[in-house]
Amino acid sequence: MSKSDLEKRTVMSPDGEPIEINPLQDYFCDARPKVHEPVLPIFEKFLNWARSESLWVLGFGTGCGAIEMRPLMTPRFDAYRFGIQWRPTPRQSSVFIISGYLSVKTLKRVIRSYEQMQNPKFVIALGSCTINGGMYWDSYNTIKRLDHYLPVDVYIAGCMPRPEAILAGFEKLKELIRQGKGEGANLYAQNFDWYKANQKKIIKDWDMPDYNW
Amino acid sequence: MKFSKLFKINEDRSLYPPLNSEGKVDVDLSSHKYVKLWHGPQHPGITGNMSLELTLLGDEIMDCETHVGYLHRGFEKLMERRKWIQCFPIVCRITVPEPDYNEYCFAAGVEELAGIEIPETAKWLRTLTLEMARLQSYLMWIGGQAGSLGMGIVGQWSNYCRDLVLDRFEELTGGRIYHMYIIPGGVRGLLPDGFEKRMEETLKTIEEFMVDIDKVMFNNAVFKKRTVGMGYIDPKWIYQFGITGPNARAAGVPDDIRKKYPYLKYPELDFEPIVGKDSDIYTRADVRRRDLLLSVDLIRQILAKMPKDGDFKAPTPNVLHWQIPAGETFIRSECTRGEFAYYIVSDGSEYPRRINVRGPSYTHAVALLEKMITNTNLADVAGLMTSLHTYPPEIER
Amino acid sequence: MIMNTPLDNIKTVFPNADVWTQRQELYHMSIPKEQLVALVTHLKEVEGYLHLVQLTAVDWIEKNQFQLTYILNNPIKKIDVMVKTFIPRDNPTMETIHHLWEQAATYQRELREMFGINFPGSPRVDKPFILEGWDDIPPYRRDFDTKKYAEETYFPRPGRETHDPKEFMKKKLYPDEI
Repeated sequence: MSKSDLEKRTVMSPDGEPIEINPLQDYFCDARPKVHEPVLPIFEKFLNWARSESLWVLGFGTGCGAIEMRPLMTPRFDAYRFGIQWRPTPRQSSVFIISGYLSVKTLKRVIRSYEQMQNPKFVIALGSCTINGGMYWDSYNTIKRLDHYLPVDVYIAGCMPRPEAILAGFEKLKELIRQGKGEGANLYAQNFDWYKANQKKIIKDWDMPDYNW
Repeated sequence: MKFSKLFKINEDRSLYPPLNSEGKVDVDLSSHKYVKLWHGPQHPGITGNMSLELTLLGDEIMDCETHVGYLHRGFEKLMERRKWIQCFPIVCRITVPEPDYNEYCFAAGVEELAGIEIPETAKWLRTLTLEMARLQSYLMWIGGQAGSLGMGIVGQWSNYCRDLVLDRFEELTGGRIYHMYIIPGGVRGLLPDGFEKRMEETLKTIEEFMVDIDKVMFNNAVFKKRTVGMGYIDPKWIYQFGITGPNARAAGVPDDIRKKYPYLKYPELDFEPIVGKDSDIYTRADVRRRDLLLSVDLIRQILAKMPKDGDFKAPTPNVLHWQIPAGETFIRSECTRGEFAYYIVSDGSEYPRRINVRGPSYTHAVALLEKMITNTNLADVAGLMTSLHTYPPEIER
Repeated sequence: MIMNTPLDNIKTVFPNADVWTQRQELYHMSIPKEQLVALVTHLKEVEGYLHLVQLTAVDWIEKNQFQLTYILNNPIKKIDVMVKTFIPRDNPTMETIHHLWEQAATYQRELREMFGINFPGSPRVDKPFILEGWDDIPPYRRDFDTKKYAEETYFPRPGRETHDPKEFMKKKLYPDEI
């Protein structure tokens, strides 16, 4: 989409009549994300157990780490026995694995995909590039600290982490969720302005609505 | 059974909109006849992380533009800030599936400028590493090609075989994906004990799985129907677009850099370049399958012919104070996808002046793909892209 | 110095070209900027250098020049030649060669974005290729400080120390000499 597609303008409808459209307002809703309070503790415990046993991962290979996610789908390291599946669309997934560094161009798409995921959602940051920039610490195009742009739940260190390390990371995430600490999505909703300000500081041509859902 | 009927690009344009002066269709999005679609970065049918901006008329693609840059880290700028030896950990991350070709080209360029001659055992070990890297990259590709057409089982088998090869790499170098084994002056160590025996078991397993993959994929009626006659590369385009590697060899051009500009120990190995005749998706897949089996054969030859011990590294000066003499050089090698080359410029100081990486996907994924993909169906885009074996990290480094 | 290279016959057509050898079957050739497209066309059409391997640039900021290198390959005689030319650093432009090789348009687009070298007439040369929303000087130039830019724009995690390896080893091994 180019910038001119997002402006307010008059087009011809298929019936032949001119109509006024305003894409950023008509096609997207400008509500802000909401904080979801937990329900009664006994139900919440059950729900947390259910969430932790069925983590569906979004299939988006954002960086180097995508190459160590393929062995997880094969019978040798088998992530499927833990209830972890890869899904092609953000609407059906609850975990977003950021596999490695993120360039500015990819960060824009990652934000869009992340905001389209349904609550509750979790972010796993793979590799040392998400912690402090890794070996691209002086690069002009990669971000250095992922938790200033997205709320991260679990970090897995390594370059690349082995598939066993990724499974251990999933184990840690499951523990966090069962204890009720998987609050990434609520953190995002509470500090929405701070995250947005950080994102807009580096993404200079912002042609999306503020909250893509 | 021989499939000789080729489907060239449809010359009958009577049902299509007329072309304008640039040879493209004038797309008017507000007429609601065309749909603009991003076959975007978050898509299971994309190799790596790039996107195609497609304009569709119904189900056929009228126009395509490749967008890269999602993985740009500015390697060439980063390498100018690091000393020569500090560039080595960073160089293998340029092409993620097969990092060893980067290390080899960089090490060979530095050795040529500095005038270092590497010992014989190191040359054999480097050849072995490069062939193993080629093997595991082809195994991952076969899974991707079948998966993009819906056959998921081939991906499971081939990724299992690839894991076995990565285990051998872990024994040899210490890491599964990024090895940093080839360094200026030679390699980092000799083969561990019992390596030949375990490698032979791995190769036997791979050959058994390849028989199964042959039955399931290459003798499959659905695969044949979807791929024979699709994705035709005209031999006239080979030099126009700089097509190299299995894409060019499937079109009939017998160019294999291992035979044409022999480097390392390839002159002493016995093989012929693998050529195909009809240059459609099926032939490219077949050429790569035969190249995979050739790699298995070459690894056996290398393990039989190489000396068991010896010097594996020539003495280099203190690498922290190393100043390479001024000059320029150009090193090329045959990676899984085509011609992989490094252009290194040094100005006599401790830091490199300019290092430029030429990845084969640079020309395949941008100019060639945009030309090949017009007038195909949307459902075939993934299969077409995987058959060119493009991988974006080497386009934008 | 007389060098017997397979490219010596070029000198009869282009007397301004300098040819020298890097190693067997890899030659350097340098030529002034105005004759470059004619030389490259001559190499492609007459001498058989059909394959354009690479088109890249080097920034020689001390001499205030950009060096453009065209690497061509003759597939039948198996010879590589690196043709170089120098263009001034202020307002750099060069003639396009996309009519000879269609793939050259991609290289020229990247050079325009990364170095600022303009190739007027090349298709889509103004459209950004790799970077998005970039408003600083072209990043591959030598006067762009990538570390400073990274520290100011992104939020580096505090606590990272960087040592120059030479100084570090010197202090560790020879502490008395400081």
